[in-house]
Amino acid sequence: MSTYEKYYVPEQSRFPIYAATSLFILVMGAASTINALGQPDSMAKYILYAGLASFGATLFFWFRKVVQEHLAGLDSAQLNQSFVYGMAWFIFSEVMFFAAFFGALFYVRTFSVPWLGGEGEKGLANMLWENFQSTWPLLTTPDLGAAYTVPEKSMAFPGWDKILTWLPLWNTVVLLSSSVTVHMAHINLKAANKNKFNIWLGVTVSLAIFFVFLQALEYYEAYEHYGLTLNSGIYGSTFFMLTGFHGFHVMMGGLMLSVMLIRSVFYNHFKPDPHEHFGFEAASWYWHFVDVVWVMLFMFVYIL
Amino acid sequence: MSAVIESHDDHHHGPAKGLTRWLFTTNHKDIGTLYLWFSFAMFLIGGAMALVIRAELFQPGMQIVEPEFYNQMLTLHGLIMVFGAVMPAFVGLANWLVPMMVGAPDMALPRMNNLSFWILPFAFFMMLSSLFMEGGAPNFGWTFYAPLSTTYAPPSVTFFIFSVHILGASSIMGAINVIVTIMNMRAPGMTLMKMPLFVWSWLITAYLLIAVMPVLAGAVTMMLMDIHFGTSFFNAAGGGDPVLFQHIFWFFGHPEVYIMILPAFGIVSHIISTFSRKELFGYSSMVWAMVSIAILSFVVWAHHMFTVGMPLAAELFFMWATMLIAVPTGVKVFNWVATMFRGSITYETPMLFAIAFVVLFTIGGFSGLMLAITPADFQYHDTYFVVAHFHYVLVPGAIFSIMAAVYYWLPKWCGNMYDERLGRLHFWLSFIGVNVTFFPQHFIGLAGMPRRIPDYALQFADWNMVSTVGAFLFGASQILFLFIVVRTVMGGKKATPEVWEGAQGLEWTVDSPPPYHTFSTPPEVK
Repeated sequence: MSTYEKYYVPEQSRFPIYAATSLFILVMGAASTINALGQPDSMAKYILYAGLASFGATLFFWFRKVVQEHLAGLDSAQLNQSFVYGMAWFIFSEVMFFAAFFGALFYVRTFSVPWLGGEGEKGLANMLWENFQSTWPLLTTPDLGAAYTVPEKSMAFPGWDKILTWLPLWNTVVLLSSSVTVHMAHINLKAANKNKFNIWLGVTVSLAIFFVFLQALEYYEAYEHYGLTLNSGIYGSTFFMLTGFHGFHVMMGGLMLSVMLIRSVFYNHFKPDPHEHFGFEAASWYWHFVDVVWVMLFMFVYIL
Repeated sequence: MSAVIESHDDHHHGPAKGLTRWLFTTNHKDIGTLYLWFSFAMFLIGGAMALVIRAELFQPGMQIVEPEFYNQMLTLHGLIMVFGAVMPAFVGLANWLVPMMVGAPDMALPRMNNLSFWILPFAFFMMLSSLFMEGGAPNFGWTFYAPLSTTYAPPSVTFFIFSVHILGASSIMGAINVIVTIMNMRAPGMTLMKMPLFVWSWLITAYLLIAVMPVLAGAVTMMLMDIHFGTSFFNAAGGGDPVLFQHIFWFFGHPEVYIMILPAFGIVSHIISTFSRKELFGYSSMVWAMVSIAILSFVVWAHHMFTVGMPLAAELFFMWATMLIAVPTGVKVFNWVATMFRGSITYETPMLFAIAFVVLFTIGGFSGLMLAITPADFQYHDTYFVVAHFHYVLVPGAIFSIMAAVYYWLPKWCGNMYDERLGRLHFWLSFIGVNVTFFPQHFIGLAGMPRRIPDYALQFADWNMVSTVGAFLFGASQILFLFIVVRTVMGGKKATPEVWEGAQGLEWTVDSPPPYHTFSTPPEVK
């Protein structure tokens, strides 16, 4: 090696233009499908499926190529560092995405709902619906359910006597444990205990699946027994959007970790050297990020 | 695996031939060129829409278009100029210049770089196709306030939402690429405080982009849910608040304003220093001024909303915070003037644009200070005074800096000098056109003419006519710009590697045009 390792600049690649094209098909299909929601015989959903399939396939082959390039020794330590920075900034962008929804939650809880209930500096807003009183969790709507379906129960803390049947608590236990297990996997990888790494990573993936199952159960409860839906006013809106996007990110993170598990078990990828396992480490960062978001959710959506 | 290994040593190849060069490219210069041409095309389309608006406003009364179509024009004009013209132009400049300025072989993540660009044509195809959809294109203004963009929106709003989503993805990937390139690919010896100011300006811009584009994605997602899935984020009947939309939008929107001006600050600093033949005055204060502006940009958003009915404490806080921005901006203007002071100045086209930038951007800054005063803003809000203000910072601000950058670096990019006489002619036509268009809008705004209206009271007729004449002059002179650029790319006097006497920086140490792959081995920076 000379003083400067050459930075690997890939040759022309077809992946980006395929990704852009399939992303376009995906969003065209999504927008058409949503605009045709009332028409079950609309063909728009097939555009959406085609977009999803082609976008997924492009990403699969693109990432596979990057892995192959790594195995062929094309990436220098400097390129690895680019991936490290890139992943860190990507997670920062995800943080800001959730910030928008948390911001909306804090705004409605601190300002708009109290104002509509006649409290605070802009309590004048109460003149719109004079019988409305501000509470949180909001089990009614300012228009008293005229345009929205009012829920019977919220997802908030049900009291100490019912704590063991409170699903969000179990969700928290599952997700916090999975953060520990993925960290155990990392420790074992660095200590060259490949078997233990696989086991801990496998446990993490199982916990991820279990979390998604519990979350699905919670949504089922909400829709079937609590009358809590997307259409339940601002409490339902913030609840489902925050937990929904979090759940989606859990699935993405779980998918990443599963790919890492498959790579490790079937292809024997990853070695103790940090340069030799950044794919896994990036996925684990993402997993810790998803976990932190859940802690915030547990605090501000469920408890406080 | 062998295919992978064969592609290793590609540093001596030139560009591929034909269309695939542009479709499959991973080269920062090719991608920069694509970005710049795309943004110019969008500039012409968005400009044509501006001319439709100005033609309708030539006289009071309705003469050319229907009010509905007028609304679609002003919405698309804003969206195209912001997301299609100014932002991609700056990303194109970053692609061309950042790797050369920091001594890197390319952008850090070349394939993602290509993806960032190619999303854009698709996104704008989708947005423009809404013109032909039932109910027409988005008609709620580029700020798409709820409930205009939710309850009262045309069906095409769904397509608008998804095109904003993928535009955001493109911007975030582009910004990650720029940050990683700057943090990880600098030549040995190039410490942060030795970086060229354009690189600094883009480092800060990219940070802003990654911080606020996801917030915009969140805003349009809430719109989508409100429109189609029964949520009530922006509907007071369900406990939400239309004002919440404005808060989220402007939390994105105000940093976005600086995303469109910080790279301009970088460009102008280079050009003024070169043509004054002096080191830039106050380099480190320039850096800290940009950092301060970026930080402040996160705490001033509600100055766009003074009349919406916020608590008094908020009105006061956002007024003072906004005025604070004048301090770092003042530092920058002072430094540019101090750089010129006692310099051996020559007035080539880039310098003319740069000086016009300093003067006219400062005018835009001053009208911004006026708008920041809450009680005064109650009068100015949503009048043509606001239109005059932001066009002064965006057209002779951002756009002039992009033109200055093109004249300044075009000889480096293509190896030919542009025609100086034609360049100056383009400058003077643009300079006169821009001022004739936008200066009278201060007057009609202060006199009370509301913005986003296709018809107006007779008392505003004279200045509107003047403004329209200026707009057509400005628009026509951009055809001259296109002609000059194409002619320069086709041929002309050969440029030397330095191009300009007294130009500083790594990009002037390589040939004009530079080899397809610059700095495969990093240069030493002292």
